[in-house]
Amino acid sequence: MEGSSKVIHAMYTDDDVLMAAVKKVRAERYHIEEIYTPFPVHGLDKAMGLAPTRLAITSFLYGLAGLVVSIVMINYMMIEDWPQNIGGKPSFSYLENMPAFIPIMFELTVFFAAHLMVITFYLRSRMWPFKKAENPDTRTTDDHFLMEISAGDNVDEQFDILRNTGAVEVTLIDKAH
Amino acid sequence: MYTISNRLKTFSIILIVLGVLGVAYGFMTSHKSLEEVKTMLVEEHAHDGGHETSVQEHTESPGSEHADVSQDDKHAKHVQEQIAKRPWSAMYVSALFFMTIALGVLAFYAIQIASQAGWSPVLFRVMEAISAYLLPGAIIVILLAVGSHYIGHHNEIFVWMNPDVVADDKLIQNKSGYLNITAFLIRAIIFIGGWCTYWYFARKFSIAQDNAEPGDIRNFKKSFRIAAGFLVFYLYTESIMSWDWIMSVDPHWFSTLFGWYVFSGMIVAGITVIAMVAIYLKGKGLLPLVNDSHIHDLAKYMFGFSVFWAYLWFSQFMLIWYANIPEEVVYFVSRIEDYKLPFFGMLVLNFVFPFLILMHSDYKRVPWFVMMCGVVILIGHYVDLFVMIMPATVGDRWYIGIPEIGSILLLGGLFLLVVFTSMTKAPLTPKGNPFIKESENFHY
Repeated sequence: MEGSSKVIHAMYTDDDVLMAAVKKVRAERYHIEEIYTPFPVHGLDKAMGLAPTRLAITSFLYGLAGLVVSIVMINYMMIEDWPQNIGGKPSFSYLENMPAFIPIMFELTVFFAAHLMVITFYLRSRMWPFKKAENPDTRTTDDHFLMEISAGDNVDEQFDILRNTGAVEVTLIDKAH
Repeated sequence: MYTISNRLKTFSIILIVLGVLGVAYGFMTSHKSLEEVKTMLVEEHAHDGGHETSVQEHTESPGSEHADVSQDDKHAKHVQEQIAKRPWSAMYVSALFFMTIALGVLAFYAIQIASQAGWSPVLFRVMEAISAYLLPGAIIVILLAVGSHYIGHHNEIFVWMNPDVVADDKLIQNKSGYLNITAFLIRAIIFIGGWCTYWYFARKFSIAQDNAEPGDIRNFKKSFRIAAGFLVFYLYTESIMSWDWIMSVDPHWFSTLFGWYVFSGMIVAGITVIAMVAIYLKGKGLLPLVNDSHIHDLAKYMFGFSVFWAYLWFSQFMLIWYANIPEEVVYFVSRIEDYKLPFFGMLVLNFVFPFLILMHSDYKRVPWFVMMCGVVILIGHYVDLFVMIMPATVGDRWYIGIPEIGSILLLGGLFLLVVFTSMTKAPLTPKGNPFIKESENFHY
């Protein structure tokens, strides 16, 4: 790999301008590396052409796992291991006593689906405590939007295009790896 | 302006005619003499293979023969009444089915107006037309409830209307201050009057808003106010209605969350019918402003309220199952023993199926998918009402046969006719609603 690569940072102050700029830059077939915004911009992922998230699918699978865990656990504890008569509840088979187990089955399903999905989200987006913030410009957490595109052979042309899309500030950055 | 197609008109009239034939057949075959019932019971007994044991009992204890015979008589009489009640109950379940759909739609409509929802105004005319069935539908329910007492002999859907039963039933006697025909009718008139008054004015203001000057939203404000008022009225009356029209078929039993349970069933069926009618009209190109995001929203409501229904079903069932208090648990004992398949089958239809099918976001935008799921939910809702009413009237003598299907066809045809006739009375898109622009551009 190269020791360094050049990127262009274009700053915007309005999300509508940013959206139009994204469409323009995509039409010019420049690769958008990253966009930093202070808040979710509705429709930005569609404009950038990002693939839809599969987080919901993982959550469904985690929920199934939670359901299975609860069923196996309760079945072992209440039916197989020590089937006591507790207040006359029928502990002869899982099905017979199932209404009493449903609250736990429900809660564990939700618990697994929610927590494992959140952990998956953290892993996939590389977030953890003490992680060094990857912020190219602190203004992007307040009121500025930053688009990062990789610099090509003709940097001047790219600069012109970005200025025309309404960027308030365009800079060439040498990214040291 | 929508005009009812001839094909739809003929279709619903064919349904009504077929339904009348089915219902007539049901009533003609339900009057059996005591002797006929006895022979029928003996035959059934022989089929069960229990014939020999009963003969043995007779020979072993000649002294108790007299008591046995009177016991047999009593049982045969009971079965005779159950058979006589079957066509009445079949009609009653279907009448309730379509009435609750109209009422559920009306409640949903009022919620949309009172919450000033921005997505739904393009569907208001559909909702208004479906809830137009409420007046005839609710009157049919009441006529069947009271008619079953006055017409025929001992075939009441509501056993507390039978003076012979009340005479030797201390529990019903103590409830007779509430459960008597006069009070029942007075309450019914208040409910139906209140609901239909709301429907009438909501419709009137909605159409008046269409013809109002631009910027004049007085009618919109009026419809907002009455919607808020109606929702308060509805919450009380729906609850009392569920005690009167549904829970009191078992006058010995009571449940506190029954009203909400009935509500959850009617709202999910109502939303399903809104979605299905909207998809039908959109398919014909009559609702150009309805896009797949509207269908998506309706499907989300179908999903959510299916889960809500299951939650209430389970809450009611589990609390009673867990505590197992004899006077409460008989309700579920009789249902699980005699109605095992419909009782648990409706859980699959009303919960498991919509839960899994409507979970994925993309499928909620596919019209035929929502349509198919809607059919399953509606069948599930019918079975739900079937299991509420039938065990108390026909007991284990139930079957989904000609009387039941005939009743569905008869009232279903009437429902279609009323709904789509009402649809022709006003433009399908309300144009004066202040939220119409937002609704038109609604996108999820």
